[in-house]
Formats: sequence, structure tokens, C-alpha cells
Amino acid sequence: MQKKVACSFPDEVLEHVFSFIQSDKDRNAVSMVCKSWYEIERWCRRKIFIGNCYAVSPRMVIRRFPKVRSIELKGKPHFADFNLVPDGWGGYVLPWIAEMAGAYPWLEEIRLKRMVVTDECLELIAKSFKNFKVLVLFSCEGFSTDGLAAIAASCMNLRELDLRDSDVDDLGGHWLSHFPETYTSLVSLNSSCLGSDEVSLSALERLVGRCTNLRTLRLNRAVPLDKIANILGRAPQLVDFGTGTYGADLQSDVFSSLAGAFSSCKELRSLSGFWDVVPAYLPAIYPVCSRLTSLNLSYVTIQSPDLVKLLRHCPSLQRLLVLDYIEDSGLEALSSSCKDLQELRVFPSDPFGEEPNVSLTEQGLVSVCLACPKLQSVLYFCRRMSNVALVTIAQNCPNLTRFRLCIIEPRTADFLTLEPLDVGFGAIVEHCKDLRRLSLSGLLTDRVFEYIGRYAKKLEMLSVAFAGESDLGLHHVLSGCESLRKLEIRDCPFGDKALLANAAKLETMRSLWMSSCAVSFGACKLLGQKMPRLNVEVIDESGPPDSRPDSCPVDKLYIYRSVAGPRFDMPPFVWTMDEDSALQVS
Amino acid sequence: MEGSVAYDNDLNLKATELRLGLPGTHDERQQQQQKPVSNVRNNKRPNGESEAQNETAPPPKAQIVGWPPVRSYRKNNSQPKKTESEGGAIYIKVSMDGAPYLRKIDLKVYSGYPELLQAIENMFKFNIGEYSEREGYKGSDYAPTYEDKDGDWMLVGDVPWEMFITSCKRLRIMKGSEARGLGCDT
Repeated sequence: MQKKVACSFPDEVLEHVFSFIQSDKDRNAVSMVCKSWYEIERWCRRKIFIGNCYAVSPRMVIRRFPKVRSIELKGKPHFADFNLVPDGWGGYVLPWIAEMAGAYPWLEEIRLKRMVVTDECLELIAKSFKNFKVLVLFSCEGFSTDGLAAIAASCMNLRELDLRDSDVDDLGGHWLSHFPETYTSLVSLNSSCLGSDEVSLSALERLVGRCTNLRTLRLNRAVPLDKIANILGRAPQLVDFGTGTYGADLQSDVFSSLAGAFSSCKELRSLSGFWDVVPAYLPAIYPVCSRLTSLNLSYVTIQSPDLVKLLRHCPSLQRLLVLDYIEDSGLEALSSSCKDLQELRVFPSDPFGEEPNVSLTEQGLVSVCLACPKLQSVLYFCRRMSNVALVTIAQNCPNLTRFRLCIIEPRTADFLTLEPLDVGFGAIVEHCKDLRRLSLSGLLTDRVFEYIGRYAKKLEMLSVAFAGESDLGLHHVLSGCESLRKLEIRDCPFGDKALLANAAKLETMRSLWMSSCAVSFGACKLLGQKMPRLNVEVIDESGPPDSRPDSCPVDKLYIYRSVAGPRFDMPPFVWTMDEDSALQVS
Repeated sequence: MEGSVAYDNDLNLKATELRLGLPGTHDERQQQQQKPVSNVRNNKRPNGESEAQNETAPPPKAQIVGWPPVRSYRKNNSQPKKTESEGGAIYIKVSMDGAPYLRKIDLKVYSGYPELLQAIENMFKFNIGEYSEREGYKGSDYAPTYEDKDGDWMLVGDVPWEMFITSCKRLRIMKGSEARGLGCDT
């Protein structure tokens, strides 16, 4: 056979070429061309993304990619955000850090999502990686500000420390003073999730003052309003700022220094925070509003007219997070002021109230969709919906990539016709050809899943709750959605048939979550037995599933593909169904 | 959108459907699905349904776990900021040099310094000595100190009690030479 020309390039040349290829998909493709490319590529891969920390073991990663500088790991299933995953389930990062401490001394970046991180992990990071630069802990838990102090004290080259949405044991603000006086490299700090009333303002001000490259600063609620001017004064180059408390008794001198400080921030494009807002202080941000592209008002509990007054100053807005106090009228005003809107998230102010407390309906979303052609991403909580509204949305926003609708009362029908919302969601998947993420709600039969299976060819993540009538629904999704990676289902009448008939599909996906459905223990065992590359985990806090008949449905089921085999760190309420489970269970 | 499709063609799953729940619950669900929903503020209602609703007023609902899907830090958006002290308690950690573990106490339980110091003496089994403004704690190897809001370590007893309990973040019983240093003027 003729020797291919490509293989006669020296390795260094190929490595140089590969260095321009950043995306994981492309890198994976490169590694599959031939054995020598696989070898060259694995030695020069610097960045790894692992969407499920249990899909592979740290040793396997290190063996294949010996020179990694940046790693991203995700742990718990998404429904853990809504307390559906019991504490102690797993997602521990310590084994990873421990292995990488030895294997990757030059590791620079660690990004974690929904993982359990302890102070011991943070201390190990601080000790082991001399050139550590980026730590992002997204929705993580298990650590305290003592661990952060260790990072601050040791990581001389730290650029980014982002704790967004993490559950941190905040022992007070003194961890900030552990950054040495000589430390000046901070570019991004997000400590907005810290819950203590105490924060060391002097340490914060000094830190901000000496880190002249600081671009992102998101403060926590403990930082009072009257300190903002001082902080901004030391960092007029900020691009992204999150306030702490934004309320205080109105004092004109405080107001004018605040307004002055904001107006000297010429680069500011994103604002957030705004806890405890006093409306009279909002005009202080007007000087920067015309340049703002992102605004997070999701903690702002003020009424629609005040919200609208603010939004009218923000014509460049691309991203808005807001509470449903904005109401339909406010969204209508938004749609006329902010033509560049790409992302809208409307959160419920009273999620557990039985009656609506605000006048926010499907109309608000429709008016935005009619007027903002660039809209791509929607998260919307409301209490009523109609097929006609959904069809209008679908036809006017064909560029939607993420559509998450939560009609607060489960199984709510079309309020106009009392029919299911199948047709409406069907229109969404039919018209929005690039839809990657979809969350369903309202009254839905198997038909909506037929539409999804037929049209949603680019759909990667689907969230389903209180929907469907039979296994046919699940079958449509598993057999039709070619790009599906993550499927999470709760309280739907889906059972064994569709799951077993589509077992092979599960190996092409990252994970499947099913809770309060109708999958039997026997089916779980069978699946675990037949599919060695799937980890089939049953979560049941009421006791061992084998103490009940095989036909009994399991409470929660989490299935994910893995090359690492069953995990060893399961808590007592998680059972794995592997090849031997049929023999183990008596 | 195409007309209705026969969706019980290939897989006749209903016949072999495994269901969660007791017999009869399937019917209940269907009833719920057909119940008209009127959750809009205005008085318009779907035709002819208002009477039916008044007759079958649903009982107060139990909250469903994890629904609606809102993260826990977003749940209290109509309430003002809560202070750390839940129900009035102010818990702080107490450490003592040489002791293997820390203790936690509620400062609100005590009415003043004498009570607090007595409690700490009992907790760690030692004697604190006599306090004087000029000389600190005399007659003992120990000195009670606390970390205040600004991060400074102060001698317990110098400020009025009310000011102390709002600014005290943690207590440390210092021992030995460090302790003797406090309260000496020279």
C-alpha cells in the first residue's frame, strides 16, 4: 500500500497545525484519522471537557492526555438544582484533584459544575499547581471561605475566581485579606453567592485598587450601597459589575457619588446584583445604561413602571433577567426599547402561590417575540399559555436555540381551547430548526413527543415534567431525536417498553434521568445486565429496591454512559445495576 | 401542522403499560386533565365552566418537590434580606488555645459579660481572672478575645455589651505569653 504523504510530516509540524484546532469535537476527529495523529494529538491536547465526571476515570484521562492545562468537569444531574437528587449522591472532585496534583503540575484552569468541593480540595489545588490561573465553581458545594483563603494566599498567578451560584459556608469576609499585598493579577472575581453579613471592605477595596486588570467584579449582598462609589472609583475599567445591596435611606451625597462613579466606568457592559433595591437609587446607573448589553434584575422586587423606566434607558440590551413583576405591560415596553434582545429570562416572584400575584401571561412573551427578531434564548415562568401564542412565537422567532417554558401549575391546558399544548410546542420544534434545548410544561399528550421526534433534529437537551400518556411518547423522543445528549424526565407515565426498546440509543447520550415514572426494578436490572457500557443507577431513599417485587417501579433512575465502569463512591441509597446484578440480587 | 395522526399504531403500549400508583389513579388523572383552568386575574372564564368549578373547589395543594423548577436561592424574592440571626440567635464559634475542637454559643442567651465569661469558664474548665479596664484580665494565664467586624482582635469587655454582640464574629481564649501581653501598658 502506498505511504500517505500526510504521515511524512514531522510531528512538530503536525503539532503546530493542531494547535490551531481548539474545539473538542474537531480535536476528537483529528485523533481518529490515524494512529500517529492520535499519538501526536494526545500529547498536545491542553484542554479537556468532561460532561459527566463518572463517564471516565481520572487515571484514564491522565494516561491519554499527559499535558493538560485546563479541565472542566460536571458532576450531579441537572435536576439536583431542584432538590431532586438527595444529599450525598456523589460528584466529588477530590479524587480528580488528587490524581492531577501529581500528573499535571502545570495545570492552570479548573472549571467545575455541580460538584462537591471541600476545603481540602482547595488547599490541595493551592499547594499543587504553581501556575494556577482560573477557578470556576459553578453551583458547587461543600467548601468554606477557609478554602478560598488558601487559594488566595498561594496562587500568585490567579486570574479568575468565580463562585457563581455555589453554596459556600461563608465564615466572614476575611478570606479576601489572604491575597498578599504583592498580588495584582486578578481579572475576574465573582463572590456574589457568599451569604455572610460580614465582608472585609478594606481588604476588598485594597484588592480592587491594586488589580488594575480587573474586568469582572460581582460583589455579594453584604457589601452596602454606600461603598460602591469607592470600589468603582478604584476600578473604572470594569466591564462587568455586580452590586451588593442596592438599598439604603436616600441621601443626595451618596446618590451623587454613586452616579459619578458609574459614569466614569466607560467600559461597563453588564450589571447585576441589586438586592434590596430602593427605586430612588436606580437612576444612578443611567449614565451607563445606553452601553449595557446585559442586565440581571432577577433580585429586583420593584413594580413594573419603575422597571420600565430603567429599561427605556437601555437600547443596547442583549440579555435581560427579570422577575415577573415586569408584567405583560413591561415586556411590551421592553420589546419596543430593546430591539437587540437575544436572551430573556423571567422568574416567578411567588412560585408557590396558588393565585397569580402579577399580571404576567403568555402575552408578555408574545410581544417580545414579535418585536425582537434576534431572540435566541428564552426562560419564562407564567401561569397560562395557549397554542396560538406558541405558534406565533415559533413563527416569529425561528432562531430560537433555547426555549424553556414553565407553566407553573402542572398539566395546565390551553386556556382558550382547553386542549393540550401539543400543537403549540410542535410548532416550536418545527419552525426553530436550530433548537438545542427545550423544556416542556402544561398539558401534553404523546403527540407532542411525536412532533419532537420528527422535527427536533438538533435538540441536545430535553426536560419533561407531568407530560405524556404512554411509553409511545418516550419512544418517539428516543428514536427520533438524533442529536439528543441529555434527557430528564419527572412524573411521566413512561415505563419499561420504550426504555428497553431503545437501549442502544442510551449509549449515544450523556445521560438519562427519570424520576416518579413507571420504570420497574426488573427493567433496570435487565438494562444494567445487557448494556455494560451504561451505568444504570437506582436512587431510592425508602430502602433496597430488591426488597420489593421486580415489577415495582423505581423512585429515581439515572443512566449514563461510561468507560470507567460502575462507580465506587455511591451512598447507601444508590444501587448500581451492573452485569452481575442479576446474580447479586436474590 | 398535519392533521391528527394515528399514534397508537405500532406499539400498543397501553395494554401492557406499567403504571405508577394504585388502581383507579389513572382515571383521576384524566379528570384533572379535563378540568378547566382559570388562573387569570380578570373575570372572564371559559364558557359554562364556572359553575362546575365552584362545585368542585380543589383542596389546598401539597407542594410538589422541586416544582416549579426554581433554584433555592431564588425562592425568597418577595422578602427583605434576612439577617444571619434566625429568630434572634447569634451563634459564634469559640476556640481555646490548646483545645482540640471548637464550641459554638448563642450570644443572645447571655445578658452581659459576667454571664458570658462564666459560661465559657464552665465550657472549657478554666478560670479567666478579674477584668479591669486598665489592666485587662489579671490573675490568670488566659485572656478572652474576639474578632470584630473589621477583622481586628479585641479584648472582651472593653465595649458596651450591646455593641459587643453585634460586632463579635468569633471568640478566642488566648493562653500564655500572648495573653499576658494584653492589658499591659508597658
